[in-house]
Amino acid sequence: MQLEARNLSFRYGKGPLIINNLNLELKSGEILGLSGPSGCGKTTLAKILSGYELPQGGSVKIDGKSIPSKGFNPVQLIFQHPEKAVNPRWQMKKTLNEGWSPDNELLDSLGIEKAWLKRWPNELSGGELQRFCVAKALSPKTRFLIADEITTMLDAITQAQIWNVVLNKARENNIGVLVVSHDQHLINRLCDRVFIGK
Amino acid sequence: MTEILTVLSKKKFINILPKLNRRHSTLLRVTFSSLILLCIIAASMLLSNDRIATNFDLKNLPPSMAHPFGTDWLGRDMFTRTIKGLSLSIYIGIIASLSSVIIALILGMGAATLGKAFDTFVTWLVDLFLGMPHLVALILIAFTVGGGAKGVIIGVACTHWTSLTRVIRAEVLQLRSAEFVQISRQMGKKPLWIAIHHILPHLVPQFFIGFVLLFPHAILHEASITFLGFGLSPHKPAIGVILSESMKYLSTGMWWLAFFPGLLLFVTVRAFDSIGENLRLLFDPHNAHE
Ligand SMILES: Nc1ncnc2c1ncn2[C@@H]1O[C@H](COP(=O)(O)OP(=O)(O)OP(=O)(O)O)[C@@H](O)[C@H]1O
Ligand SMILES: [Mg+2]
Repeated sequence: MQLEARNLSFRYGKGPLIINNLNLELKSGEILGLSGPSGCGKTTLAKILSGYELPQGGSVKIDGKSIPSKGFNPVQLIFQHPEKAVNPRWQMKKTLNEGWSPDNELLDSLGIEKAWLKRWPNELSGGELQRFCVAKALSPKTRFLIADEITTMLDAITQAQIWNVVLNKARENNIGVLVVSHDQHLINRLCDRVFIGK
Repeated sequence: MTEILTVLSKKKFINILPKLNRRHSTLLRVTFSSLILLCIIAASMLLSNDRIATNFDLKNLPPSMAHPFGTDWLGRDMFTRTIKGLSLSIYIGIIASLSSVIIALILGMGAATLGKAFDTFVTWLVDLFLGMPHLVALILIAFTVGGGAKGVIIGVACTHWTSLTRVIRAEVLQLRSAEFVQISRQMGKKPLWIAIHHILPHLVPQFFIGFVLLFPHAILHEASITFLGFGLSPHKPAIGVILSESMKYLSTGMWWLAFFPGLLLFVTVRAFDSIGENLRLLFDPHNAHE
């Protein structure tokens, strides 16, 4: 399988073109890095690839077929700020099980403690919340994973732990991963290939 | 380091005190106001109807121990009439403001989720209703559906949903663009599921505050259109009926006929108003962490 972006162009409203005629492929099982200066449009590209924004020009397809807008999206995005990605009025248990029910093994490997499930989002740290978001996105139905600076606010040990889980799961389910980061070391360590934005 | 800590803890201490005080005073006021309303409803059930039967032996008595609010020209006990009238008003007020909050909730959520055409329609409807003086609309509607309690309830419900609808529509629009709602959509959740699980829980404060703030409006409108003769029938012990009848006897020096019912109406409305204001302060996210 292959996720293909063809001749993408995008602008917010009547603003300047942020993405101009961009082409990108991501194969199943591949770990692709995406880096570039702040404000160059990495997050915007991530949102277009995962169906959160519609490009004004070009298309995003899987094996030449367009992605259905209803039902579970095989291209899942994990956001940079987990605080905004969870409903503040839901207990963590409900958030965790919204898309699928992650097994205990996955929760353990991500270091999610049983006691956290009964808590509210404002009772967890950003790093702890992000583990829930990662678990949610690693559904068996996920074919491609877009990770937008998902470990930027974490310490080195937690960062390594989370990427370990993501890479293992990607290998196991043959998921293609796009690692968006401005951390050159992280990208060099994780990725088979790097895509540099301008 | 220790210096910084003491400064910090002092600062915290200063911050905590007024917060506790405000929470407490808010709770105190809410409890007190609710008690007044409960007392009125309980009293109206306990007071027997005999006291408002016509009895010419007791007519035109000024306030006394046996008749705290005096009696009217038919010998009816004004205290009983006032309490029964108020509790009828409270009952009508609850139904009327509840229906108008529910209308606002449905229209506001629909406007923000059901697409452009419905949104335009609701916005147009809101502008239409806000454009005309709502007492006129209220009287027209109450008159058209045949007056009485039903007329008042429908009239109030139909004229008071507008501003809350705007608030709810704006809130839902903002929620729809929240990341957790967009994620839910990408997880394949249906729009109805998202509306019920993600959106609705965030509207609970608006629902309660809207209800409590609308309630005094509903009571005052009930009283005013009854006073003007478009509301409840003159045989009902309604506060508007009492006030409009009393006006005719005011010149004869029977001041108690209008004074006590008017005062109690004012107290009831203030009670509910203060519950609403305090709830708003409690729920308002900008105040919650102060
Ligand atoms: N919702 C929006 N409306 C208008 N302009 C936007 C919006 N979101 C982002 N932009 C603009 O688009 C440009 C690209 O933003 P984007 O968030 O994609 O950058 P980024 O590469 O992810 O940056 P960073 O590394 O800081 O996260 C920026 O100039 C930003 O100001
Ligand atoms: Mg970004």
